[in-house]
Amino acid sequence: MALNISESAVTVESQNRRSEKRPVGEVMLVRRPKITASNINVYYGNKQALFDINLDIHERQVTALIGPSGCGKTTFLRCINRMNDLIPGCRVKGDLAINGEDVYAKGVDVVCLRARVGMVFQKPNPFPKSIFDNVAYGARIHGLASNGTDLEEIVVKSLERAGLFAEVKDRLLEPGTSLSGGQQQRLCIARAIAIEPEIILMDEPCSALDPIATARIEELIDELSQNYTIIIVTHSMQQAARVSQRTAFFHLGYLVEDGETEVIFSTPEDERTKAYITGRIG
Amino acid sequence: MESEHIVKSFDKDLRSLDNSIAEMGGLVEMQLVRTFESLAKRDVDLAYEVVAKDKQIDEMETDIHMCAVRLLGLRQPIASDLREVIAAFQTASELERIGDYARNIAKRTTALIKLPPVGTAAHSIARMGGVVQSMIKGVLDAYQARDTSLADDIRKRDQEVDQLHTSLFRELLTYMMEDPHIITACTHLLFISKNVERMGDHATNIAEHIHMIVFGHDPESERPKEDQSSFTVVEASDGKPV
Repeated sequence: MALNISESAVTVESQNRRSEKRPVGEVMLVRRPKITASNINVYYGNKQALFDINLDIHERQVTALIGPSGCGKTTFLRCINRMNDLIPGCRVKGDLAINGEDVYAKGVDVVCLRARVGMVFQKPNPFPKSIFDNVAYGARIHGLASNGTDLEEIVVKSLERAGLFAEVKDRLLEPGTSLSGGQQQRLCIARAIAIEPEIILMDEPCSALDPIATARIEELIDELSQNYTIIIVTHSMQQAARVSQRTAFFHLGYLVEDGETEVIFSTPEDERTKAYITGRIG
Repeated sequence: MESEHIVKSFDKDLRSLDNSIAEMGGLVEMQLVRTFESLAKRDVDLAYEVVAKDKQIDEMETDIHMCAVRLLGLRQPIASDLREVIAAFQTASELERIGDYARNIAKRTTALIKLPPVGTAAHSIARMGGVVQSMIKGVLDAYQARDTSLADDIRKRDQEVDQLHTSLFRELLTYMMEDPHIITACTHLLFISKNVERMGDHATNIAEHIHMIVFGHDPESERPKEDQSSFTVVEASDGKPV
């Protein structure tokens, strides 16, 4: 297993996870998980949507969440930046930590949390503002720029990172909504990365895009994973296989199986995973 | 048996690939029976029939390849489905090679018929041919049933073919040293023996493809190899290698 040892790499006893097939007791360098979910249960009123989810998300990797509609993958995604707080009657139980810090602890500033955990949605949703202001908005409210030059630099850098700058540099003051769907989605990604998040959550970011725009976003995910921890919900098995290093399969609110993407898409252990990825009647 | 795909035509396509492999395998088996029969009975007409029939095997390989490529493109199979398609593609090529060797044996038979028989070589080749034929039959059955334990047994049986080839190699070298007049016949027999040995290798390859379909990896243990002919030298009466 190739290890890109980051500052958070620590020597630990291997957990001998089922999917990684390492001998028990082997000592090796592994990445400390960026996000640790332990016994997460989520309820919408009386209805339980997630059951005892235990999942580690690794830093600077792409993790794909797959599973049939209604299996809880988006609910899990929304636990990470506490977007579920906005849904009346939604309760989250269990522990969810980013860098070891409890996201649901008392006193956590949710606005700060969401600045650290950016989100890109299924449908591109630019603000009804100019392209420039769409990207500058977050940086302004979080006070990331001390003056106009700084702000401009942030906007240009974010648009460049999102692979959009060359296409929009002559029309930064035009409305964000004037762009094509694929460009709007990249604008939303630029908006998300402008505030220097650590984690980017993507909820079916390509489902409304054509194959060319999808390819651009996938290329972008690949580049962004050098600097960010990315979690993507996707219904495209091929997309999950292409862009992610790890994959987690959800079914009826349970995490059925997680592991290296290559293993999940070649020799999954659970029959339900196998049936889902191969398009069989489970 | 795995559950059905939601898209039923996908199952139909995969079944059709399996049926094509079974059909191609049946034809290859028939070619083997006929090529060894033509060699044993020195039947030149039968040998020519085998040569002519090989074209049909080549066409079947092309059809299976086209079908597999179409399936890859249209269905984008994943996991065991992907391995099924790849294995069918590879197995078609293995069978086509076995068919080529059968054709080559038939061609050499037409030459051998013009020459006097050599020692007990025909017996040894018939024995090797019998083992290889039963390996190919077994591996085709294992393929249809995805029976990895049968496939593993067949893989192990290849060493018997290798041993027979090595001993035949020595035997033919000895004959040639004794009588240069039979070098032509012996050379053809040597190539025939090598062809049969290669058929065994292709049968073991198919056994490994079955393993790959079912488990997603090659068999863990190395296949026992007993073909020592590449290292063989014969010694003259004075003990010097010749």
